[in-house]
Amino acid sequence: MVIETPNCIDARDLTFAYAKGPPVLDIPRLTIRSGERVFLYGPSGSGKTTLLGLIAGVLNPPPGALSVLGHDIGGLSSAARDRFRASHIGYVFQMFNLIPYLNVRDNIALPVRINAERKKRLTSGLNEAIASAASDLGIEHLLDEQVTRLSVGQQQRVAAARAILGAPELIIADEPTSSLDANRRHAFLELLFANVAEAGSTLLFVSHDLGLADQFDRSLSLPELNRAGE
Amino acid sequence: MLLLHLARKSLTNRLLTTSLTALSIAFSVALLVGVENVRTGMRESFSNTVSGTDLVVGSRGGTIQLMLYAVFGMGSPVANISHDTWKKWDEHPAVSWTIPYALGDSHRGFRVIGTNDSFYEHYKYRGGQLIALAEGRPAKTVFDVVLGSQVAERLGYELGERISVTHGMSAVGFMNHDEMPFEVVGVLEQTFTPVDRAIYVTLEGVTAIHMGWESGGPPMPGDEVSAEDVLAMDEVPVSQITSFFLGAESRAYTLQLQRDISTTEDEPLTAVIPGLALSEMWRGIGYAEDGLLVISGFVVLVGLLGMLVSIYTSLDARRREMAILRALGAGPRRIVSLLVLEAGALSAFGALLGVLFVYAGLAALQPWLEGQFGLQVPIQALDGVQLMYIGAVIVLGFVAGLVPAIKAYRTALHDGLSVRV
Repeated sequence: MVIETPNCIDARDLTFAYAKGPPVLDIPRLTIRSGERVFLYGPSGSGKTTLLGLIAGVLNPPPGALSVLGHDIGGLSSAARDRFRASHIGYVFQMFNLIPYLNVRDNIALPVRINAERKKRLTSGLNEAIASAASDLGIEHLLDEQVTRLSVGQQQRVAAARAILGAPELIIADEPTSSLDANRRHAFLELLFANVAEAGSTLLFVSHDLGLADQFDRSLSLPELNRAGE
Repeated sequence: MLLLHLARKSLTNRLLTTSLTALSIAFSVALLVGVENVRTGMRESFSNTVSGTDLVVGSRGGTIQLMLYAVFGMGSPVANISHDTWKKWDEHPAVSWTIPYALGDSHRGFRVIGTNDSFYEHYKYRGGQLIALAEGRPAKTVFDVVLGSQVAERLGYELGERISVTHGMSAVGFMNHDEMPFEVVGVLEQTFTPVDRAIYVTLEGVTAIHMGWESGGPPMPGDEVSAEDVLAMDEVPVSQITSFFLGAESRAYTLQLQRDISTTEDEPLTAVIPGLALSEMWRGIGYAEDGLLVISGFVVLVGLLGMLVSIYTSLDARRREMAILRALGAGPRRIVSLLVLEAGALSAFGALLGVLFVYAGLAALQPWLEGQFGLQVPIQALDGVQLMYIGAVIVLGFVAGLVPAIKAYRTALHDGLSVRV
């Protein structure tokens, strides 16, 4: 028996241009099923971060072109997009984007404290959830440190812990391993996969490093998907 | 709770800028409240130049003119009051006491006032303080003289000094009553009122020096009266004074007395209630007060602008932080609330600090202000107007936070996220 898994991400004729510039993206069709671990690759400047921004609602896609978890992202108001993202998406930014004046614990807790829906999905108390995510990522001893004191690798694990806390349905990671050496990269991916599997989340992982691709369920090449710039 | 936590962390994270901003608000609030205090102090000091006196009486004329020559030692009376008329009111059943003043002479530019013991007993200033002698005794005999504190200080006179009195107000007298030298027997305590700038003799003293001067100039040869002649008299006959201060048996009689004195048929007189006249005069010269108020208004405006600028510039540095918060799901309302809360807390803290500055400053400077300028700046609870100012500063602080907050939200999320740090 084939179980029909609904699409987590479904894009049709998705086009996007910054301000009045030329189109950066023109994707006729892109689907990612729920629970999939997808590796998206492409050279720098091929529009990877732009696509992720559209999916996460950081950028504003045209209405009707992009559905994420059944929501038409382009049809939401900007406040509704903020809410949607906070409830359903964990985002590991390329530049981690930690709040410099908060300590590790407060940084990890932030999305859950901002968003009530995300908090409801916690299976334990907030502090226990933080402690368990931190220990999964090997940063449990750093919880009371200021994030500005951490190494890049540690900051990245804080950003990952923040993204997976409260088990969002979709986790987006934008080149989170770019500043790690090969060994650490591998270890980080293992941790990320373990957490994603536990929460049953969909993972969309972006990198230009094709060497990582074989660890994922599926690989997508953005230049092949994207008709813009051809 | 999250907002408060974030606001607190973010403010303390930028401790230097935060405290500088709070400090600049504190200074402008301190200046505003301080200026308001000084303003009140000036008005109070002025309207308390003379107190405890129910009426000031002089020959018929303008009330301001009467106040000027009788209280402030400026200008001169149009006419005198006869001794008998003064005595009649002095003995009036509704009158408790009077202080006669005989004006018209000077010593090196300072006014010489002929008066009697009543001056030392009843003359009050500054909310009912009696004048007191710093040294010596009141003027009792014809040639005794008591100096106001400023006179003694400027001229460097001490007890026992012999001085002569000049006819009229010229500082360099050519019509000196040299034939009758006076002796300094007392010096008054400082009052910070025109009392300090006058010289006090007895009514008899003023009368004596004018013996032989009835024509208005020095006596003709042969008509001179010497000091010995005066001292040989049993009693020096006082015939005229220029004005008198009056204390009624009860405040309730004041208006009736004023009416009676002003309409008396013996002699045309004017009686004024000094408190009313002083506040009327203050309204006339109080435009300096409005000037102060305008200045302090501008000071606050500049302070608030400074706060706006500082919040605005710090916001630029925080674009990324705002973007992260938004990316993590904080909606517009939260972002705006966070910035407005920070700005409001900052201005409230600044205002509080400013009020502390004012009280600390007043406590430290009060004696100096009084000693140097005779300005009594009261240390008292903030009045309604001051509270209103402070409230306005705080409210404007919140509003000042609103402008950058709205701008922060409008800045595209994507821009903020791609800022490199």
